[in-house]
Amino acid sequence: MQEKYDYIIIGGGVVGCMIARWLSRYEGKVLLIEKEADVGMGCSSANTAIVHAGYDPLPGSLKARMNVKGNAMWDTLAGELNFAFERRGDYVVAIGDDELPLVHKLMDQGKKNGVPGMMMIDGAEMRAREKNINPETSGALWASTGGICDPFQVTVAAGENAVMNGAKVLLNTAFQDFIMEGKRIIGVRTNRGDFLCRWVINSAGIYSDDVMHKAGVRPEFIIKPRKGEYYIFDRADVSIDNVLFPVPSAKGKGILVTTTLHENTIAGPNGTIIEDKEDTSSTKEGLEEVAAGALKLVPSLNLRHSIANFAGLRPMGNGPCKTPGVVYNNDYIIEIPEEVQGLVNLGGIESPGLTSAPAIAEEVVDMLRDAGEKFVEKKDWDPIRPGRPRFRNMSHKDRQLLVEMDPRFGQVICRCENITEGEIIAEIRAPIPARTYDAIKRRTWLGTGRCQGGFDMTRVVTILSRELGISPLEVTKRGTGSEYLFRQTKQVEG
Amino acid sequence: MLAKQIYDVVIVGSGPGGVAAAIEAKKAGADDVLIIERDTELGGILLQCIHNGFGLELLKEDLPGPGYAQHFIEEMLSLHVEVLLNTMVMDITPQRHLFLSSKEHGYVEIEARSIVLAMGCRERTRAQIRIPGYRPNGIYTAGTAQRWVNVEGYMPGKEVVILGSGDIGMIMARRLTFEGAHVERVLEIQSYLSGLSRNLVQCLQDYDIPLQLNHTIKRILGKNRVEAIEAVQVDEKWNFVPGTEEIIPCDTLLLSVGLIPENELSRKAGVKLDPITSGPYVDETFQTNVPGIFAAGNVVHVYDLVDWVSEAGFSAGKSAAKYAIALRNAEARYTPLVAGKNVRYVVPHKLDKSTLEAEDVRLQMRVTRPIEQPVWVEVHDGENLITRKAERYVRPGEMVTVVLKTKNYADVAKASKLTIDINPR
Repeated sequence: MQEKYDYIIIGGGVVGCMIARWLSRYEGKVLLIEKEADVGMGCSSANTAIVHAGYDPLPGSLKARMNVKGNAMWDTLAGELNFAFERRGDYVVAIGDDELPLVHKLMDQGKKNGVPGMMMIDGAEMRAREKNINPETSGALWASTGGICDPFQVTVAAGENAVMNGAKVLLNTAFQDFIMEGKRIIGVRTNRGDFLCRWVINSAGIYSDDVMHKAGVRPEFIIKPRKGEYYIFDRADVSIDNVLFPVPSAKGKGILVTTTLHENTIAGPNGTIIEDKEDTSSTKEGLEEVAAGALKLVPSLNLRHSIANFAGLRPMGNGPCKTPGVVYNNDYIIEIPEEVQGLVNLGGIESPGLTSAPAIAEEVVDMLRDAGEKFVEKKDWDPIRPGRPRFRNMSHKDRQLLVEMDPRFGQVICRCENITEGEIIAEIRAPIPARTYDAIKRRTWLGTGRCQGGFDMTRVVTILSRELGISPLEVTKRGTGSEYLFRQTKQVEG
Repeated sequence: MLAKQIYDVVIVGSGPGGVAAAIEAKKAGADDVLIIERDTELGGILLQCIHNGFGLELLKEDLPGPGYAQHFIEEMLSLHVEVLLNTMVMDITPQRHLFLSSKEHGYVEIEARSIVLAMGCRERTRAQIRIPGYRPNGIYTAGTAQRWVNVEGYMPGKEVVILGSGDIGMIMARRLTFEGAHVERVLEIQSYLSGLSRNLVQCLQDYDIPLQLNHTIKRILGKNRVEAIEAVQVDEKWNFVPGTEEIIPCDTLLLSVGLIPENELSRKAGVKLDPITSGPYVDETFQTNVPGIFAAGNVVHVYDLVDWVSEAGFSAGKSAAKYAIALRNAEARYTPLVAGKNVRYVVPHKLDKSTLEAEDVRLQMRVTRPIEQPVWVEVHDGENLITRKAERYVRPGEMVTVVLKTKNYADVAKASKLTIDINPR
């Protein structure tokens, strides 16, 4: 028998997980389907982790409204979902006098967007605040509401809170088509069967254009992946405390330099428009562009101290802004389209999509309410997703107490990041279980240090095999096709 | 439980350097020697080096890695060195306190009179040589592949390309060939071999595995698993030579592109590192800039022969024992003076016993509360009363004294501490 849901969300990125979390507050059955082996594997897996203040988007755009509204929601969100978040503020730095007018323009834009807590500082003040900054800095915009988070934790925590409140998450489940009854969507067809529902929410990220086209909505809308490449540096060698943006260009907010909440300095992204939605490969040219951009802000940065590079995609859409008089063709789409019934359609949720995610979730609920949904809050709704112990961040005393309670927290598996067996097992048994190496890596930051998993890899594969009751040959890095091992040494190939 | 709270010598890591240091520390007279290993067995990386070629210099024998390790482990165990397995050292302070974490012993703090750092080295990764492309599975350092095959008993690849002509890479080329994998070739960006010539002959040439000098990898193909690599020739400045690109299908890329001493703990202890070796600055006794902290083996600089790692371990172990013994003797000169019953404090806090051999020493103290009746001020060493003095009363406002006489020297010399109590008579 086909299972019947009230709401099916397509895509388990940060936006999909946030919507699941918002909807799970109310009576009704929620299903989130994700084609990958884990949530947060697409655009949400490779970004800069910045919670943007809101001075970048064009005034009057939906992007600007979602950004500023979303930004203000993050303190409560971090408190309820227990992920790492720090409102450390950010800078847009002008190098040389020519760039200064652009910074002033951003300041004006921010004011129009309603961004609180901004001020201009001069070059001397900027140099005093960040000793590593290019000495030719002529001034900067300081936005105190800028923040930084652990984006993997945000996505997982939102998804987990949804599951705690009754939502269902199906991984490895790819959307194939809508099931229609005339002009009404009554379900979705997937590689794992059909699921019926009253509403579908399209939060398919980079594939959201393909999903809406299946419903006959906005055939002219297309997503272009904009690739962003990054360098990550060894925390022992490089330390930049502030969030430093260059002045923006046509290619986006530019190559920034900052330090993540895991204390690694990160530089990136560039913004190369590409065709292939699966192309997350870094390139020599791209990385050179990132290096040049980072060195412009921080000339002392030494690339020999980089420990990883990666690339992520931003789903840039061609959605027109609906505000009269505002000419802008890369705006967010958040709508209940008229062509079909039963679809909440999202598209083009590129940066600042992470920042906007909670505001977008609230917007979706409001739209559904306007469309006649009677939201009744669950009696036992719990907004709190408890945090889990992080051995690395604990004092000696707390570590001692934790290991006394559960000795598995005493077994260090990742030597560079000090991640313990207890933490790994907790993630494997969490509401959205981590079942691949990368799922554990994203949740715990294991394997991200200077040895890049060289030490922990064999050990984590052993733990995953034991905890999941599968052969080591079946353990994968990120789902089917990314197995580690081919056979036992004694086994004959056949 | 650990046998002690304070050790003469604590050694971090039980590879050849650490084991040698433990042996020599014991032989040089250190009493309590502890060696800490994070893995399940003693021996370090030698345990996965099942090829031969170890011990030619020091033992005049051609042993496989585990055999070489075992030779010294047995000697170490016969000297009653305390061993902690499955234990990670989380932190070392410049005052030589160590924080250890393990399932079996919990999270504990111990003290060492001297420390030998013997954490060895780690392998450089893909990022450190900055190869762009996807991040698929199937890219392993040669040492990780070695662990898969030799320790865990699994094959991490079928069609293999190796980047870098380091020794472990060449040895793994042969090892994987033995186990039925096909090693397509070894690429080396430099114009010369980076490992030992004997490995070129015995591991590559004997198995017809080609080595291409002046070649590197331009990019990696394959999203989930490696599908191919693009090799390219480089000029003398390591720039790609256009037109020499070649796509080589493979499922596995092994990296043998260098080793870096592993010094994260050393940094925490305040040890200064040489940017050229990436290891600590050391003197001829292998002492670092932090007094009482020594370092030996690949943690200092990368060796090509294990025999010389053992040699370095011997020197460091001997020096560490010497330091610990001197410190222990200095500690033994002094006897702590402890405020006991109704005594708030005693001055001096400790007593140099040799002083008492020559002259009397007056102890001064304040009491905690008044006793308005005759009392004894007693200096004792547990059971043994060494001296006492009568007072008619004691009051916090009036200082109390008692004199230790030269004739008490013999008793005091035996005492590990002296306690002063004030009791009613």
